[in-house]
Amino acid sequence: MEVNLIEPFWLAVIGTSLFAFLLKILGHSVPKKFLSHPRILKINSLVPIALLSALVAVQSFTKDSRIIADQRMAGVGVAVLALILRAPFPVVVISAAATSAALFHIG
Amino acid sequence: MSRVNRATAAQSLSVSLTVGAYGIAFGAASVAAGFSVLQSCLLSLLTFTGASQFAVVGVLGAGGSALSGIATATLLGVRNTLYGLRMAPVLQVRGIKRLVAAQITIDESTGVAISQEHLGVREARQGFWLTGIGVYIFWNLFTLAGALGAQAMGNPAAWGLDAAVPAAFLGLLWPRLTNKSERLLAVAACALALAMTPYFVPGVPIISTALLAVFFGLRAKIWK
Repeated sequence: MEVNLIEPFWLAVIGTSLFAFLLKILGHSVPKKFLSHPRILKINSLVPIALLSALVAVQSFTKDSRIIADQRMAGVGVAVLALILRAPFPVVVISAAATSAALFHIG
Repeated sequence: MSRVNRATAAQSLSVSLTVGAYGIAFGAASVAAGFSVLQSCLLSLLTFTGASQFAVVGVLGAGGSALSGIATATLLGVRNTLYGLRMAPVLQVRGIKRLVAAQITIDESTGVAISQEHLGVREARQGFWLTGIGVYIFWNLFTLAGALGAQAMGNPAAWGLDAAVPAAFLGLLWPRLTNKSERLLAVAACALALAMTPYFVPGVPIISTALLAVFFGLRAKIWK
């Protein structure tokens, strides 16, 4: 098999993978001493909360850079209800999926 | 690794299956965009960060250049750097283990790790490794299935996966939002990311919310 590395699709596969790994290893390579300051520790503990919250919002309410409301909103709404009722994790996920799928097939 | 906490293992498995199943959509989308089955599988094996993978196949599928595809995907991968900063002091690993840890440092492994942190550092580590490896296995298997033509299952909306994935992340975050300022941060991050979405390329709105975390972190210090 011959692999032409300048071919756009192969270039995309290799370039994307290379940069993805470099970004990942970069985070694991910062010396501990830079992360031990209490203020940095506090910020560091809050960053994933902000990023994952933003991720939930983007996954629930956007499509192709537009803000929209569709079956996903209902699904995630049911998940919120399940969380308020202290449902176990799989119930939260499955109730969201079932709601969203049902609305998708009706709509 | 010592005894595995059952609750942590259950959480990890749930997340791995839910997110892993989304790989079928990636495999289908990738092949539809013009990538071969091999290339699609390599993207999942090597890139292994869902948002970046969808971005690069989206750009090339729409006729964009390899460079713009790589650039968009890379932007979406920046948050993994921040997750690495967060996870490295928790994991405390070196050598090959550190390279493996880096490769599986993604939304899911970080999310489960921080959701298990209240149980102890051992559970946080177990959550990270079990979820990272679990997602890796399922994501790659389902990518292959999707790439080989499981078109019937290629639309995640048809079986509710499009809502299951954000619901899973919400489920991970929920117990972690223990005080008022964390809840406020979560709401602010949602609002900022949504407000920015129409005006910025994908990746920028989410990563920008790290600035909110910095702001809240600085204020938290002042309140003490």
